[in-house]
Amino acid sequence: MAGSLVAAFAAYGIWGFRATAVLGFAVRSSTPLALAAMCGILCERTGVIDIGIEGQMLLGAFAGFFGAAAFGVVAGVFAAVAVGALVGAFLALCAVTWRVDQIIAGAVINIAAAGFTSFLYRPGRVIGSLPAWRIPLLGDLPLLGPVLFRAQPLTYLTVVVVIGLQVTLVRTPWGRRTTAVGEHPGAADTVGIDVARYRYGNVVAGGALAGLAGALLSVEITGSFDRGMTAGRGFLALAIVIMGRWKPVAAWAAALFFGVLTGLVNQLNFGQVIDIPPQFVAMLPYATTIVVLAIFGTRVRPPAAAGRPYP
Amino acid sequence: MSESRPGEAGAVPQARGVLLEVRGLTKRFGSVVANEDVSLQLRRGEVLALLGENGAGKTTLVKMLFGLHRPDGGEIRLAGEAVRLRSPRDAIARGIGMVHQHFQLVPVMTVAENVVLGAEPTRRRFVDRRRAAAEVRELSERFGLAVDPDAVVEDLPIGAQQRVEIIKALYRGAEILILDEPSAVLTPEETDELLGVVAELAARGVGIVLITHKLREVMEAADRVVVLRDGRVVGEVAPADTDEAGLAALMVGRSVVLRIDKQPASPGEPVLGIQGLEVDDDRGRRAVTGLDLEVRAGEIVGVAGVQGNGQRELAEAICGMRPRIGGCVLLQDRDITGLGARAIHDLGVAHIPEDRDKHGLVGSYSVADDLVLNRFDEPGFARWGRRDRAAVQRWAEQLIAEFDVRTPDVHAPADSLSGGNKQKLIVARELSRASVLVVAAQPTRGVDVGSIEFIHRQLVAARDRGAAVLVISAELEELLAVSDRIAVMRDGRIAATFAGASATPEAIGLVMGGATGH
Ligand SMILES: Nc1ncnc2c1ncn2[C@@H]1O[C@H](COP(=O)(O)OP(=O)(O)OP(=O)(O)O)[C@@H](O)[C@H]1O
Ligand SMILES: [Mg+2]
Repeated sequence: MAGSLVAAFAAYGIWGFRATAVLGFAVRSSTPLALAAMCGILCERTGVIDIGIEGQMLLGAFAGFFGAAAFGVVAGVFAAVAVGALVGAFLALCAVTWRVDQIIAGAVINIAAAGFTSFLYRPGRVIGSLPAWRIPLLGDLPLLGPVLFRAQPLTYLTVVVVIGLQVTLVRTPWGRRTTAVGEHPGAADTVGIDVARYRYGNVVAGGALAGLAGALLSVEITGSFDRGMTAGRGFLALAIVIMGRWKPVAAWAAALFFGVLTGLVNQLNFGQVIDIPPQFVAMLPYATTIVVLAIFGTRVRPPAAAGRPYP
Repeated sequence: MSESRPGEAGAVPQARGVLLEVRGLTKRFGSVVANEDVSLQLRRGEVLALLGENGAGKTTLVKMLFGLHRPDGGEIRLAGEAVRLRSPRDAIARGIGMVHQHFQLVPVMTVAENVVLGAEPTRRRFVDRRRAAAEVRELSERFGLAVDPDAVVEDLPIGAQQRVEIIKALYRGAEILILDEPSAVLTPEETDELLGVVAELAARGVGIVLITHKLREVMEAADRVVVLRDGRVVGEVAPADTDEAGLAALMVGRSVVLRIDKQPASPGEPVLGIQGLEVDDDRGRRAVTGLDLEVRAGEIVGVAGVQGNGQRELAEAICGMRPRIGGCVLLQDRDITGLGARAIHDLGVAHIPEDRDKHGLVGSYSVADDLVLNRFDEPGFARWGRRDRAAVQRWAEQLIAEFDVRTPDVHAPADSLSGGNKQKLIVARELSRASVLVVAAQPTRGVDVGSIEFIHRQLVAARDRGAAVLVISAELEELLAVSDRIAVMRDGRIAATFAGASATPEAIGLVMGGATGH
């Protein structure tokens, strides 16, 4: 969070008007990442590792787009959520009931999603995307107005999801039990918490969020669908989960950090302040991920039971 | 903990005050009969000790009472009513609590969160943390179980974690509390506190089933003792009518020597030389702080100390399982600092680790495979890169006979052994290989009195063969029985050293507690 702020003010100070562009880009590009990271957090905090987020997002984007094309934008969003949840249920079935290796199950989801969406993909269609909601008064603020208060509906929804998840995880019985199931399922079991039920529930809910993240890409941001349009965001989300130490708000800050970083480099490039080949710009988030994980990765502690079937 | 129970008024007279009754309970695992026709009663406010050799069936019995195993025959009656306990959930709902040997606590959550987990007090859908903490505080005061509700569990010493487990059971309204070898992991002071708590609970009407191998605890805490042998009840006594030797005899079926005879040591060349050793614990804090120690061939050095003063880290550092931050470790004048566990093992170091399930054996392997874990690739057990199964089996059968490891056969998975028998398996493996140095951490944890005597003899035998032996133990008595020298560890270094003959529990206890040594 602090990093993003510093970068933002630096940008504002030096290039004035471009700051709006940078931050606008940051918010837009970080929202799907943040939502996808919420999926990762939900799953891992109950002890299931979901590396299939990428595939869930892709299927969500796909279902969202064609749902929107056929029945309208709102239906598209619901279709994306449903498909994501369905894939989540499949992952839970693999991980909890069949006790399949969770990494393999996730990889299967990714491969199947890529193949399936490419196979059914028909190029050339464009739909209208979700309209932006301008919040009265706040939307007229300088800098912050265009960045935060003239966003599209799913962006606002993401804010609600992130904060809601943070509060429920820390404060409600459901959140504490979820944490217990992910840290020490034996302890949860012996006090009468149904470990399998919690894992199913959270992995399905996480899948729904990943699907929503997909819908954000296709329905809200671009209004189109493209092969492999998630472009590794699902994996980036996994890194964001780690950087955010499995905490929703912190993960959101990490996502924003990536957004600001890419936005900044983009702007510098457009403005011909620096000249980096676009391939390197595209590489930036992933390169940063490796560096960040190398620095923080060993010092953070994932939920103790993540990846392990119970009993 | 309600004062009156609905079932009680109308119950049959002789059942008055009987919380739990077990009739003809039987449990088989394949061909093994773990419990056969076991009958017993537990009354309100009573401490019932279950005593028996390793593998006698104590854990199996209480697991049935807590819904972890289903009986194959017989019945369990609670307050006069026959019940079927399908899971711990059922048992908890009926007022049975159990403190497992491996604590079922979430390390990263606070004491209060752990206690209320699954039955949280709420306020407007949120966990009411203040009430949770208040409830914990109330229980902790009422029963003399000192814990801080806001402490994070992983920061607490083992004894405090155990108190959290007890509070957890009480919070759920336990009227029957089962403790399976609760003192195996405690320091002597913690054990005394625990026995105080047990007495307090009993005075308030809780019925307690206490499993332990320590006869002193039985004599001190129990109202009644039921002795199991080979899954059957073979006797019932009141501690007042017997003594420790009597209990031991009843358990093992012969008289047991509680103190072993040994020749005075004749130490030779130094085998293990430690200079200025520094080692970190799991959380990166310095646990061993500039420790010097020497162990010679043909002597047993015991390491005493309050748990958590770096003993575990010391043993692991010697055996190459933990990186050394500073100083050096010499084995027969060779610097082994920086060598890995395998390399050190190959130099002739035997290691009985403190945590037997984590570092001592592979639970899913057969007993035979676990018994050759340290030498499966030696010529006698492997030929042309292939294992010689017949040789492994012959060797394993010889070892289980010699070390009295109770298992149906050597092909059974190690996980199916009782706790004490797992320990004996590890001891058998480590002490049956020729070695120059034996590092034994808590070598008799969870082992019955008869087998303790045997393991002590084996340690002395290793010494007499010329090995240097380092014994780390929380049991002062054990150290006094086997050691030729006793080093007391405090704050990560040796605070004092006593010659075996001159050592007294009082003198050692003083140094352990912080008095400056000689
Ligand atoms: N899950 C299991 N599968 C097969 N056999 C088992 C299983 N659990 C226990 N046994 C067997 O049942 C017998 C009784 O074991 P139990 O653990 O009850 O002994 P115990 O009295 O608690 O011994 P200890 O003092 O060593 O803890 C042993 O012979 C053991 O091998
Ligand atoms: Mg046992």
